[in-house]
Amino acid sequence: MSEAVQTRRTLASATIRFAGDSGDGMQLTGTQFTNTSATLGNDISTFPDFPAEIRAPAGTVPGVSGFQIRFASEDIHTPGDRPDVLVAMNPAALKANLDELPNGALLIINQDSFNKSGLKKAEYVTNPLEDDSLSKYRVVLVPLSSLTERAVEEAGLNKKAAERCKNFFALGIMYYLYDRPLEQSLEWIAKKFANKEDIQKANQLALKAGYHYADTAEIFSDTYRVPQAKLDQGTYRGLTGNAALAMGMVAAGQIAKKPLFYGSYPITPASDVLHELAKLRHFGVRTFQAEDEIAAIGAAIGAAFGGALASTGTSGPGICLKSEAMGLAVMTELPLVILNVQRAGPSTGMPTKTEQSDLLQVIWGRNGDSPLPVIAPATPGECFTMALEACRIAVNYMTPVVLLSDGYLANGAEPWKVPSLDSLPEIKISHEVDPESFQPYERDPETLARPWAVPGQVGLEHRIGGLEKQDIKGNVSYDPANHQRMTDLRTQKIEGITKTIPDLEVYGDPEADTLVLGWGGTYGSLLTAINQMNSEGHKVAAAHFRYLNPFPPNTGEVIQRYKKILVCELNNGQLDVLIKSRFVRQTEPLLKVKGKPFQVSELTEFIKKHLADDQA
Amino acid sequence: MAKGAALSKKDFQSDQIVRWCPGCGDYAILAAIQGTMPKLGIPKEKIVFVSGIGCSSRFPYYMDTYGFHTIHGRAPAFATGLKIANPDLSIWMVTGDGDGLSIGGNHLLHILRRNLDVNILLFNNRIYGLTKGQYSPTSETGKKTKSSPMGSMERPVNPIKFALAAEASFVARTYDANPKHMAQVFQAAAAHKGTSFIEIFQNCVIFNKDAFDDVYDRNVRTDHMIHLEEGEPLVAGSEHKRGVFLEGLQPSVRNLDENSDHSTLMVHDPKAKSPVYANLLADMEFPDYPVPVGIFRSLERPCYEDALAAQISEAQAKKGVGKLEDLFSAGETWKVS
Repeated sequence: MSEAVQTRRTLASATIRFAGDSGDGMQLTGTQFTNTSATLGNDISTFPDFPAEIRAPAGTVPGVSGFQIRFASEDIHTPGDRPDVLVAMNPAALKANLDELPNGALLIINQDSFNKSGLKKAEYVTNPLEDDSLSKYRVVLVPLSSLTERAVEEAGLNKKAAERCKNFFALGIMYYLYDRPLEQSLEWIAKKFANKEDIQKANQLALKAGYHYADTAEIFSDTYRVPQAKLDQGTYRGLTGNAALAMGMVAAGQIAKKPLFYGSYPITPASDVLHELAKLRHFGVRTFQAEDEIAAIGAAIGAAFGGALASTGTSGPGICLKSEAMGLAVMTELPLVILNVQRAGPSTGMPTKTEQSDLLQVIWGRNGDSPLPVIAPATPGECFTMALEACRIAVNYMTPVVLLSDGYLANGAEPWKVPSLDSLPEIKISHEVDPESFQPYERDPETLARPWAVPGQVGLEHRIGGLEKQDIKGNVSYDPANHQRMTDLRTQKIEGITKTIPDLEVYGDPEADTLVLGWGGTYGSLLTAINQMNSEGHKVAAAHFRYLNPFPPNTGEVIQRYKKILVCELNNGQLDVLIKSRFVRQTEPLLKVKGKPFQVSELTEFIKKHLADDQA
Repeated sequence: MAKGAALSKKDFQSDQIVRWCPGCGDYAILAAIQGTMPKLGIPKEKIVFVSGIGCSSRFPYYMDTYGFHTIHGRAPAFATGLKIANPDLSIWMVTGDGDGLSIGGNHLLHILRRNLDVNILLFNNRIYGLTKGQYSPTSETGKKTKSSPMGSMERPVNPIKFALAAEASFVARTYDANPKHMAQVFQAAAAHKGTSFIEIFQNCVIFNKDAFDDVYDRNVRTDHMIHLEEGEPLVAGSEHKRGVFLEGLQPSVRNLDENSDHSTLMVHDPKAKSPVYANLLADMEFPDYPVPVGIFRSLERPCYEDALAAQISEAQAKKGVGKLEDLFSAGETWKVS
């Protein structure tokens, strides 16, 4: 390599984005870069962003698919606000991403695609490569398509198939730019295309050619190195939130010694949980692809009645359909985990875009007073531990539990330290077996849970259902005082869960008067913003909710300690409503519904504005 | 605890007061089921009744077995999950014409095509009873009710044809006026491995009184019904016998006398591979035809829960029983030291 020509600059962190047409393989390319960087020892955070259409018209702006990766030698919690480098495979990709680039960003552009038809599909009137619209950026033009075609010639593919290898050519360029080895991706290609020798060869040739082209053609004035991060000792793997949810559910079943039942109907962005679990039949996992959302939860409740560790998964529109059955699970007090991987709503909304706008829906969105616990992981990796936690609460309290993930956590990945089996929490299940003392609605004095009596058990024959139940005996009852009592008991049972959940932890400046509240998937951005502001000398603290119903036991006390409460969430003010009503506090909300996660800069700007107001 | 064989009808009666209207056909069906259960030889704790919403769906409360009164139309989904979780159970699903064919039509279709080993009793009274008398999906066109004062404008669903279209492996019809016939059909359904679908003509004395009297009243039933028996010709009537012949693609009913050619009579074959024959039977409606009751179709088909268990065994044989530590470190991992 001609390393002598240039010296590599060392960076603590870099953010890059691959963008191209839906069919250009951008998700795959991004994943390859991520895996290689993780193996090198970088901390990583990713943000895939793709259209809902499987193949929107090729070359158009709605068809652009992107994959952003931040990799660092320091501890990071977000995939980065704005990319330092954009790889644009076509004019539409450039157009769709340009306004998110900082001045001075490096643009690597597939020059071949900026022809008349490419520009027309992207609705460019003039060629941006020929006017001065890119003057704020460092532009590197690479005839990616034609170079790839030539590079893979000896593999013998037709022109179209050869051109399709250009994503690996681009990956090779990026590997050179950031000093990454090719081996891992070469091996991956060999495995992936083991049965298609010509395609295997072509992709490998493209990857190598991209790397060498960047080197020998000296297309970059600067190249970089991002050293290893200091992570805790251990074995790591990359893990998306959805994969973590699936793994957490399987682990819960194994720990509880129960077969896992997962009933689901395909829905973006939750389907990957079904896909992951469907692969795990050898764990005894019973996935059931139902005919609709209602059947998915109905079957799960039936399985819970039958003694399985039962779960269902969906996104917001699916929760709408499931809500009557969720009420039945509340009434019959059966354990059930409901995964909601939230997306932008209302209605069909923006299926592939993230949002946190189902919070009040899952807390309140059923007929009658129908309380159930709601928890929310804060990072992709936490999807694993919170899935276990959802199962613990469900079986200990005999209740449906909602776990709120979101599209950002679902598809984003971070390094995940492989846990040792003995570090996993216990999940103990006990079934009623004694016919002498059994009453279907007699409650555990500590948890107020009713017994879990499973069909097949001799002498415990009993009937449950959606009609109001007589206290203790469980027969149908229309008695007014009984309905009051049962409503109160159901509420008290859920409120009592607070005794078993951790306190709300405050981080940031201990002398702060201002507390920033967030919940769920926005943790990474909030933590980064607070750390950054603290290091700049701003006095601000923050707390992040992972338990939304009930709240952690010290929540009221924490909130009362601060003069000013700022609430940041990706909806139109839902946690904000809960804080205001439960704790009777004025709050200042930062609310965003653009289908995208918070940028750190948006948060710091908002917080600074309120800190300044206080001083004024 | 008593073994199934030693149980009596009384063992299946719960302590709850039965609250259907006096004279309702549901009483006779309940009695027939409670009478059938001890004959099945299944321990009581292995029996579960699952229902949706409606008059018929109160059924589980009156059975001293396990029971689940679920939500409107969705009983097939609950029964499916329960059977997958616990394939040893004998599951009986109770639904009605509104619950099963209106709000729950989708789920009924899918449980039938999946062929879980569940017995489905669809009480068909051709009316909404619990909501006080609106027309149902099986009400005849022109039915005048509170919600259709000028007559309903819809064609009714034929439950048997619905089940046949879903390729149900066991399809039968019985009626609340004949305890003996009900018991026979229920026992055959219990013996069948796969989803058994039974339409039960059921009299709603309040909102659709005597809707089936023209067909099943004691005085007319031998003439207006055909009791299907495997291998027997399709013949109605006691004194004046009428036989069913195939004319082109239509069944045709003709009076039988000593000159009739009995060899060309249609002969009942519930195991016919093609569903065409069973559909011809299902199309035989009063008053154009005597109405067939009994088992229309009974086929051996693989059950969903068995296929799932087989996949689990196959996966475990191929990959070994799953271990968490392997799952955690699957894919690309790296070590930090």
